[in-house]
Amino acid sequence: MSRIAETFTRLQAAGEKALIPFITAGDPDPGLTVSLMHGLVEGGADVIELGVPFSDPMADGPVIQRASERALAHKVGLRNVLDMVREFRRSNQQTPVVLMGYLNPVHVLGYEVFAKEAAAAGVDGVLTVDCPPEEAAELSAALTAARLDPVFLIAPTTPMARVKQIAALARGYVYYVSLKGVTGAGNLDIDDVARKIAALREFIDVPIGVGFGIRDAETARAISTAADAVVVGSRLVQEIEAATPETAKEQLTRLVASLKDAIR
Amino acid sequence: MSSYDFPDARGHFGPYGGVYVAETLMAALDELNAEYARAKADPAFWQEYHYELKHFVGRPSPVYHAKRWSEQLGGAQIYFKREDLNHTGAHKVNNTIGQALLARRMGKKRVIAETGAGQHGVASATVAARYGMECVVYMGAEDVKRQAPNVFRMKLLGATVVPVESGSKTLKDALNEAMRDWVTNIDSTFYILGTAAGPHPYPMLVRDFQRIIGIEAKEQMQEMVGRQPDMVVACVGGGSNAIGIFHPYVEVEGVRLVGVEAGGDGVATGRHAAPLTAGKPGVLHGFRSYLMQDENGQIIETHSVSAGLDYPGVGPEHSLLKDIGRAEYVAINDDEALRAFEDCCHLEGIIPALESSHALAHAAKVAPTMGRDQIILVNLSGRGDKDINTVASLMGLTL
Repeated sequence: MSRIAETFTRLQAAGEKALIPFITAGDPDPGLTVSLMHGLVEGGADVIELGVPFSDPMADGPVIQRASERALAHKVGLRNVLDMVREFRRSNQQTPVVLMGYLNPVHVLGYEVFAKEAAAAGVDGVLTVDCPPEEAAELSAALTAARLDPVFLIAPTTPMARVKQIAALARGYVYYVSLKGVTGAGNLDIDDVARKIAALREFIDVPIGVGFGIRDAETARAISTAADAVVVGSRLVQEIEAATPETAKEQLTRLVASLKDAIR
Repeated sequence: MSSYDFPDARGHFGPYGGVYVAETLMAALDELNAEYARAKADPAFWQEYHYELKHFVGRPSPVYHAKRWSEQLGGAQIYFKREDLNHTGAHKVNNTIGQALLARRMGKKRVIAETGAGQHGVASATVAARYGMECVVYMGAEDVKRQAPNVFRMKLLGATVVPVESGSKTLKDALNEAMRDWVTNIDSTFYILGTAAGPHPYPMLVRDFQRIIGIEAKEQMQEMVGRQPDMVVACVGGGSNAIGIFHPYVEVEGVRLVGVEAGGDGVATGRHAAPLTAGKPGVLHGFRSYLMQDENGQIIETHSVSAGLDYPGVGPEHSLLKDIGRAEYVAINDDEALRAFEDCCHLEGIIPALESSHALAHAAKVAPTMGRDQIILVNLSGRGDKDINTVASLMGLTL
């Protein structure tokens, strides 16, 4: 069983929902990332989504765009991100790490090379935002062969026929995009999300996480009543943006703890 | 070459193209693809498209023999396909009419567009006014500065121009922002993509709406000189004017197809916008193609005197045409393009767009190496009125 599946099984047995915080690797400084990852775990993170910086993050709102720009100012590449995961794994073998980003940095490395190196570094899953199932056959095969979980998005616009197609490929969990928009947007409709998730359950066997636009404990709690996991990204990145390098970890841990408390 | 039939059903031009977008856009692209398939089979759709091209755009655009320039160069005869004479001043409007007609069929009342030089923005604002649609144009803040006349034209036409401050503040960032708008307003909005790039079906439908250039040119060349040119030359940014004139010639033997990319300060300096010349395959903006990228797969900032060519990727069909050897791609530097710009003004009485000046420069470069009985057809994709501020400032003048 993969580390992601183990985590969800354990949480389900305890009647708990998973909190999945997202931060961008290398933001605000590559030297801080591993410490911030540990901070997320201390706050109660069940799975970490680690953003791989990309120059053209089309699906992201301004907050995560800026995080990418800060990381890229330090020339953080995919291999640097793998090094960060490797370092994190030295003292944490429990918390699954899912890389989230865009296809081109993976494409340029080569799918098989990437999958092998990522698995060796201790990565558990990979979500490439701009690689829908139609184009994912080669990458998914490489990931699966390296025992990595390919994580896919499902959107409010996804018709049920596609949901079935995604269900066939998805491992680990699926990421339900809670709104029509970019990350960090403000137009989340909780009742609508709950209805959609109920409909998805008919076809999706893996846990369903929900993200995009979850900004506070109250929203996280509401979403967690329907979802198996709550993904929070932009709000955390904002916290990092507002903090100093000295206080970032502490502030992040506190915020994650308040979110985890809300969904417990 | 009798079996050239691309893209396949899923938008692949060999190993290029495809649909590399976030899940939220997939349904909208499927819907667009299905509607275009219906429109394509509907004679009434094409009838209206051609009516608009004739009466609104002023097509067919003429083919013109650039006699004085050809004589001075002392080699091949240079002909221009005069897309600069279209309403709005460039080839872009051929595509925006087609897409606006699709938007209307789909009941979309709001259109968005990205623009570099502003030509596609103007062409989108124009058709939005013509068909009574709301129009928002995303334009890199850098381009807003260097293409001020076009920004004002868009505003006159009733469009909202949004300067994009992220990234390199040029065309690629405008495209990112347009995609973000589309994903947010997907139910109400039609995205009029300006070049033969982006996720399927855009590269196909933009090509299909721009093919009129090559279809007309074939007839006109036959009529004027009784044969087809030896070489067809077009500038390539995203590549829509080039694919428009190339595509009808792909299966015509004996016609060399040459795409001219922006060499900027010189390909060797790294400051250019020539992915087919110096890039390698990658994935950006929804499709796989040659790309300017670093060793980490980050997109490199491009440089060109012409905003319309200042793009790190290129339409996927050009990548295929390069790989199968059916088209050749070269780069022309800023200074060479500017020289051609001036020559065209002085010798032919035509102020060409800086984008098109790259194609002209290549024609001027190779014409002397060819025989006087040979013919080069250059796609003069746009007029240069929009560039006068840029050119003036390069001459040290302020208008």
